[in-house]
Amino acid sequence: MTERLVVVGNGMAGVACVEQVLKHGRPFDITIFGDETHVNYNRIMLSSVLAGEKDFDDIVLNDIDWYKKNSIRARLGVRVESIDRQARVVAGSDGSFAAYDKLIIATGSSAFVPPVDGVNKSGVFVFRTLDDTRQLVELAGPGIKAVVIGGGLLGLEAARGLQVRGCDVSVVHLAGHLMERQLDPAGGAYLARKMESLGVRVLTGRNTEALLGNGHVEGVRFRDGEEIDANLVVIAAGIRPNAWLAKAAGLDVNRGIVVDDRMRTSDPRVFAVGECTEHRGQIFGLVAPLLEQGKVLAAAIAGGNDSSFEGAATAAKLKIMGVDVFSAGDPDDTKPGTEAIRYEDPALGVYKKLVLRGGRLQGVILVGDASDDRRYMDWLRTGKDLTKDRRHLLTPPPAADAGVDVAQMPESETVCGCMGVSKGDIIRAVHETGVNTFAQLKDRTRASTGCGSCGELCKSLLRAVAPEFEEDKVKVLCDCVKFPQDKLRDIIRSQKLKSVTEVLEIYGNGIGCEVCKPALAYLVDVVHCGGHEEDRSARFINDRVHANIQKDGTFSVVPRMRGGVTTPAELRRIADVADKYKVGMVKVTGSQRIDLLGVKKEDLPKMWADLDMPSGQAYAKGLRMVKTCVGSDFCRFGVQNSISTGIELERRLENLYTPHKTKLAVVGCPRNCAEATVKDIGLVGQDGSWQVVVGGAAGKGVRKADLLITVETTPGALEAAELFFQYYRENANYLERTYDFVERLGIEKVRRDTVYAPEEARHGLLERLRRSKDRSYDAWLERHDPRPGQFVEIQPMEGARIDGTR
Amino acid sequence: MGRDNGWVRVTEVANVAPREGREVRLNGVAIALFNLGGRFAAVENRCPHRGGPLADGIVSSLGGSVTVTCPLHNWRVCVDSGEVAKPADAHACVRSFPARVENGIVMVDMTAAALEEAA
Ligand code: SRM
Ligand SMILES: Cc1cc2nc3c(=O)[nH]c(=O)nc-3n(C[C@H](O)[C@H](O)[C@H](O)COP(=O)(O)OP(=O)(O)OC[C@H]3O[C@@H](n4cnc5c(N)ncnc54)[C@H](O)[C@@H]3O)c2cc1C
Ligand code: SF4
Ligand code: FES
Repeated sequence: MTERLVVVGNGMAGVACVEQVLKHGRPFDITIFGDETHVNYNRIMLSSVLAGEKDFDDIVLNDIDWYKKNSIRARLGVRVESIDRQARVVAGSDGSFAAYDKLIIATGSSAFVPPVDGVNKSGVFVFRTLDDTRQLVELAGPGIKAVVIGGGLLGLEAARGLQVRGCDVSVVHLAGHLMERQLDPAGGAYLARKMESLGVRVLTGRNTEALLGNGHVEGVRFRDGEEIDANLVVIAAGIRPNAWLAKAAGLDVNRGIVVDDRMRTSDPRVFAVGECTEHRGQIFGLVAPLLEQGKVLAAAIAGGNDSSFEGAATAAKLKIMGVDVFSAGDPDDTKPGTEAIRYEDPALGVYKKLVLRGGRLQGVILVGDASDDRRYMDWLRTGKDLTKDRRHLLTPPPAADAGVDVAQMPESETVCGCMGVSKGDIIRAVHETGVNTFAQLKDRTRASTGCGSCGELCKSLLRAVAPEFEEDKVKVLCDCVKFPQDKLRDIIRSQKLKSVTEVLEIYGNGIGCEVCKPALAYLVDVVHCGGHEEDRSARFINDRVHANIQKDGTFSVVPRMRGGVTTPAELRRIADVADKYKVGMVKVTGSQRIDLLGVKKEDLPKMWADLDMPSGQAYAKGLRMVKTCVGSDFCRFGVQNSISTGIELERRLENLYTPHKTKLAVVGCPRNCAEATVKDIGLVGQDGSWQVVVGGAAGKGVRKADLLITVETTPGALEAAELFFQYYRENANYLERTYDFVERLGIEKVRRDTVYAPEEARHGLLERLRRSKDRSYDAWLERHDPRPGQFVEIQPMEGARIDGTR
Repeated sequence: MGRDNGWVRVTEVANVAPREGREVRLNGVAIALFNLGGRFAAVENRCPHRGGPLADGIVSSLGGSVTVTCPLHNWRVCVDSGEVAKPADAHACVRSFPARVENGIVMVDMTAAALEEAA
C-alpha cells in the first residue's frame, strides 16, 4: 500500500514541501488540511493586495487543478484539532479523521495580539490571512482614521496599504525607532521621515494601554495618557508560532516545534516545517529559509538522501513602492570587535551602514537605496574576506541603466531571495528542462514568485543563457516605466497619483520619454476625470500650443465647425484671417472643415482671437469631429435629423482627450453619405430608430464598424455613443484606435460592459464622462492667459560681449 | 580677454517651464534652452535630421543621459553633448553650449560660437 502522508497547514511552507515531495517521484497518498478556505496563495503578496497593486486572483500559488492533477485530497476550511500519535490519526474540526504513516505539521504562526484592554472591539484586526486582507480592503477608504499598532515590516506595509486606499493612517510603535529589530536608530529615523513624507504619521516610543470605544473602536490610549482617534485598528505587533497542536500531542515544543537538521520532531513519524518550527533555538519568519526547510524535509521522507538544514542568513526587505529598506545579518555595531562603515545623504534620504567583523560582513542596513542588496547578501552568505574591497564597500552601482551585470555574478549568488533560487539553479533549469520564457522559469524554479523584485534580473539571465528566450506577451509601456498600461492605470487609481512626474518618480526612471509621458499624461487625466495636475512638459508640442506641427516647424489651424456646418459670417472671418496672417494655404479637409496651413507659433493666439471659433482639436488625441450628412432637414431620403443630432453629439464630447483620435459621423439614412460605418462611432438613421455602430476605420486599413445597439430615440442613441466613448477612454491602451480596441475585446464584451451593463455601471460611465466634461474647456481660450513662453520666443536680456580676441 | 566674457544673461528661470524647452536667439544662433529642474542645458535649435525645432521636443532620457526627442521624427539628441543618441547609427550632432543659473538668471556661454563667427 502507498504510504499515507498527512499535512496539517495549507500554507506556503507546507505546500512548497509537498511540491518537493512530488518531485522525488516516490508515490504517497497525500491529504492536506488547511483551516483557511483558500487554495495555497502567496501570503507575502497580501501587502500588495491591500495596497491595490495586485488582485486576490493574482496571488494564487497552487490552484485547485494542481491539487486534482496530483491526486491530493485538499481538506479546506477544516482545522486539525488533535493528533493521536499512538493510533496515527489526526482529527479534523468537521469530525473527520485521517490516518497517516508520515505527518507534516506546517501550521505557520498567528499574529501576536498583546494583552491590551479593548482588543476584542469591532474594528480591530490583525493582518495575516487573505480573509483579514479582504476585510481591511472593504473597510478602508477616505474618512477612516486607521491606527496600525507595530512599526515593523508588516505594520508599515499595512499602513501604506491603508493609506493609499484613502485612510488617514498613524503607525504606533513601542520602540524608539521603526523596525528596531532590523534597523539602528539612524536608519529608523530615515525610514520614519520617508513614511511621513508619503503621508503616514509615525508615533514611536508609544506604549499602547487600551483601545477605547463602546463596542466599536473609537480611539487608542497610551501609557502616558495621550489619546488618538481611530475607527480602524490593525495590530501588527509580531507573530507567534502555532505550536499548540504539537504540544497537546506531547511533542517537544519550546517557542516553536523543536526540529532537528532533517526537520524531524521528537516523534520519528512526525515532521514539521515553516514558521511553526524552532531549529537550533531559532524561529524563522521569512519564506526563503522555510522553503529550504521544505526541500530538506522532502528529501528526508521521499528522497532517501540525507541533506540537512543548517539555518540560514535572513534578510528583510520592505515591500513599499518607493521606499527602499533592506537589512540583513546582524547590523549591531555596538558589540566589541565590530566596525561600522556609514554613508548618509539626508537630502536624498539615503542611509547605508555595513558592519564588519574580522574583515567580513556581519550585517547591513540600506535605507533609501537598496540597489546593492544582492552584493551584500552574497558577501554575508559566503563570508567573503573584504580586505581588498575596502575602498569600494559603499560605492554606488555604476550608471542607473547598467543594472547588475549577470555575467559577473557568481553561480552561487542568490537571484530570488524570497524563494532561495540561485543563478546556478536558473542556468540548470534552462539547460535541463528547456526553460525559454519567464513564465516557465517561474513555474519550474519558483524564482520571482515571492515579492517579484528580482523579475528583471531573472529576465536578463534568461536572455543571456536561454537559447530561444521569448519575451512574455505582457507589453510594458516603455523602458522608463516598466509596467503594462492596465497595471499603470490601476496604480494611478489606487495610489491616487495625480501627475506624470509622480508616476515617473515612484515607478519609473524619473525622466521618461516621448513614448511614456504623453501616455501617462492621458492616464492621469482620464483616471481622475480631469482632476489631475496637468503637466504640459509631458505633452507633445501639438498639445502645448493646440495646433499641428508641420515639416518646417510652422503650424496648422483647424477651427471647430460642428457637424461640418458653418455660416457666412464664419467663412468671412476665416477669409480675413487667412489674408491678415498670410497663411500658406486654405484647404477643405477630409473631415468637413477648413484648414489654415503654415502658421507661425507666435501668431496662433492672435489668429484664434480673430477667428473667434473654438479649437477643432485636429492636432489632439481626442474628439476630432462629427461629420454629418444633410439628413431629414433637406434630403429627400432622410429619415432622421443627422445635422442636429451630429452637432449635439459633437457638443457633448468636444474638448475631451481619448486614447487615440476619435472621429464620428451621423447620417440620416443607410445610404451613409458621411461614411458613418467606417468611423470610430457612427449613428446611422433608420425609419424609427438609430443604429449605433463602433470600431469602424477607413484609414491605414478599412474595417466596417460593429453594431453596438439599435435604439428608437435620439436621446437613447446619443447616450449609447457616450457610453462607448467613455468606455473606450477608460479601457483602451494609449494610441489604440477604436478599431483595434473593439477587435481586441470583441463586440460582445463591449456591449455587455456598456449598453447592456447593469444600471450602476452605465450610470458610473456617464457620471465620470460628465465629471470630465465639466472640467474640460476650449484649449484656444489659453490665448487669454498663456503660460510663460507658450507661444513666443524668449527675448534675451543682453547680447554676447565677445570681440573675438583671445 | 578672459573666457568668462562669453556668458550671456538670457532670461529669468521662471520663463522656461520645468522639463520644457524654449527657443532663444543669441548672436544670430537659434538656441534651444531646456529647464531640467535643478539645471539648464542649451543646444542649437536645429535637429541634425531635417532641421526640426528641438525646443519643441519632449525631454527624455536614453542610457543614462538626458535627451530631447525631436517633434518631427523622434530623433533623440543629448541636451548636454549635442550628440544624436537615437538612431544609434546617425553619428550626427548639434552644437551644445554650457549653461548655468546665477541669481535666478539663466546664463549661456556663447564664447565658442562667437569665436567661430569672428574667425
Ligand atoms: C488635414 C487632413 C487632410 C486634409 O487636408 O483633409 C489630415 C491631415 C493629417 N492627418 Fe489625417 N487628415 C485629415 C483627415 C483624415 C481622415 C478623414 C476623416 O477624418 O474622415 C482620415 C481617415 C480616417 C481615420 O482617421 O482613420 C485620416 C487618417 C489619418 C491617419 C491614419 C489613421 C489610421 O489609424 O488609419 C493618420 C496617421 C495617424 O493618426 O497615425 C493621419 C495623420 C494626419 C496628420 C495629422 C499627420 C501628422 O501627424 O502631422 C496630418 C496633418 C497634416 C498637417 O500638416 O497638418 N491621418 N486623416 C484632414 C484633417 C481633418 C480634420 O479636419 O481634422
Ligand atoms: C502581510 C504579510 C507580508 C509578508 N511579507 C513577507 C515578505 O516580504 N518576505 C517574506 O519572506 N515573508 C513575508 N511574510 C511571511 C511569510 O508569509 C511567512 O513566512 C510564510 O507564509 C510562512 O509559511 P508557513 O507555511 O510556515 O505558514 P503559513 O503560510 O501561515 O501557513 C500555515 C497555514 O496553516 C493553517 N493552519 C494553522 N493551524 C492549522 C490547523 N490546526 N489545521 C489546519 N490548518 C492550520 C494556517 O491557517 C495557514 O493557512 C509576510 C507575511 C504576511 C502576513
Ligand atoms: S445619408 Fe441619406 S439622408 Fe443623408 S444625404 Fe445621404 S441620402 Fe441623404
Ligand atoms: S527633423 Fe528631427 S527627427 Fe526629423
